[in-house]
Amino acid sequence: MTVLERYEPLVGDIEAFRAACQQPLPSVVRTNTIKADVGRARAALDESDIGYESPEWRPGLFRLDTDKPGSTWGSFQGWWHGQEEVSAIPAPVLDPQPGERVWAACGAPGSKASHLAALMDDSGTLVANDRNLGRLSALRFNLERLGVTCAAVTNRDARNFSMQPFEFEEFDRALVDAPCSCEGTIRKNPDALAGWSEGYLDSVSTLQRSILERAIQATREGGSVVYSTCTFAPEENEAVLDGVLESEDCRLVEFDLALDHGPGITEWQGAEFDSSLRTAKRVYPHQNDTGGFFCARLEVGG
Amino acid sequence: MSGAPESDSEDDGDGDERENDGSRFDRLPPSAEERRVAGRPTREDVLDWWADRYGIPPETFAEQSFWEKGSGKIWAFAGEGHSPIAIEGLGLTFLRVRQEHWKPTSNAIQRFGHAATRNVIELEEGEARAFVAGHDQEIEWDGDWGYLIVAQELASEREPLGVGLYLHGELRSQIPKGRRREF
Repeated sequence: MTVLERYEPLVGDIEAFRAACQQPLPSVVRTNTIKADVGRARAALDESDIGYESPEWRPGLFRLDTDKPGSTWGSFQGWWHGQEEVSAIPAPVLDPQPGERVWAACGAPGSKASHLAALMDDSGTLVANDRNLGRLSALRFNLERLGVTCAAVTNRDARNFSMQPFEFEEFDRALVDAPCSCEGTIRKNPDALAGWSEGYLDSVSTLQRSILERAIQATREGGSVVYSTCTFAPEENEAVLDGVLESEDCRLVEFDLALDHGPGITEWQGAEFDSSLRTAKRVYPHQNDTGGFFCARLEVGG
Repeated sequence: MSGAPESDSEDDGDGDERENDGSRFDRLPPSAEERRVAGRPTREDVLDWWADRYGIPPETFAEQSFWEKGSGKIWAFAGEGHSPIAIEGLGLTFLRVRQEHWKPTSNAIQRFGHAATRNVIELEEGEARAFVAGHDQEIEWDGDWGYLIVAQELASEREPLGVGLYLHGELRSQIPKGRRREF
């Protein structure tokens, strides 16, 4: 059995799922509203020779008719940022507000962290962290190219992240876009599943749970935490959340997502998960011609 | 070419922060009276420099605090932080000081350069492509020599691209290697 066959009981239209996983991804950019509004980004695209479509679910996203989205004036100016369409999901779900204290626990290479900064109108404090020093330089580069000034960049292990450098003790919101087995990126990276094993699922899910627990602990009562991955494996998604619901003071809450998606699942290979896992959202590649994604929103405190 | 502000030798020598520490960010003092580290510019110096050199009004930076990490590297940060703070990055690398001629970063020019009223050179598209590819080029310019804001028109408005050094009839691209593009 191939790795993706594990998920065929979950995906609905199996043939469409299989076919979509073999197709290359469209080239997508997100307008960086710190430097340009959507109208000017659109005007710059109109001035170029590049055709584009605007996905309806999220204003400011453009699917470009080019495989070199970086070779555009808008990219050089930081008016837009090339990223997978589904990677624009979690920041609006977290919905950070100007002036807030926000943590991007696994922030590199910066697509989602810079999206958070834009939603904050570059005002407030975004702590953009990543444990990996190599990825940290990409994070810093992207934040600076996109003109983000509200970000403090840290190089810590998110599992035991210390608030010591800062003059506040809690965040209003936190995004845990967790390291994962990346099954959902198979269209971008055909080798994504090369190192897959059930043993890896065990170790990465332990890491994911520890990071999410720390994010909940570091967020104020009533604050929000979003957990997302680019993988299908319930071991890395619902099972992680189910464990955290038991160990931390938090609950899953509903949110809207204007992309086609399925609900989080409540049982997998004999394990049962809390019924509130249905509020989580699973996005499969064939539903919207995107990569795969998982996203859940938690509120801290009962 | 405009020079740096007058030398700031008013360090009062007290406290334990007399020297710049390259492993952490220190907030710039508001004015010379609060300065503890010799040679460190004040917030006032920085605001005056942008206003003098490019006509950018100080209120453009109302949300930003300024920090030094490494000798002479100034960062602009909109968030909350107490000084000193030992982390990897704090906002945007903004300005190089502690040399005769202060040099803004291209990322700062793209972020804050729209309000500039002088020392802005506007390029045609072909020249702009050469500039962002990192090439030096001979261009006529009647204004001051030194670090200029290089701009082009994009989507019907003047848009700052980055920093160029104008000397002897030549505009030298200062776009850092990692930011250069050929298209």
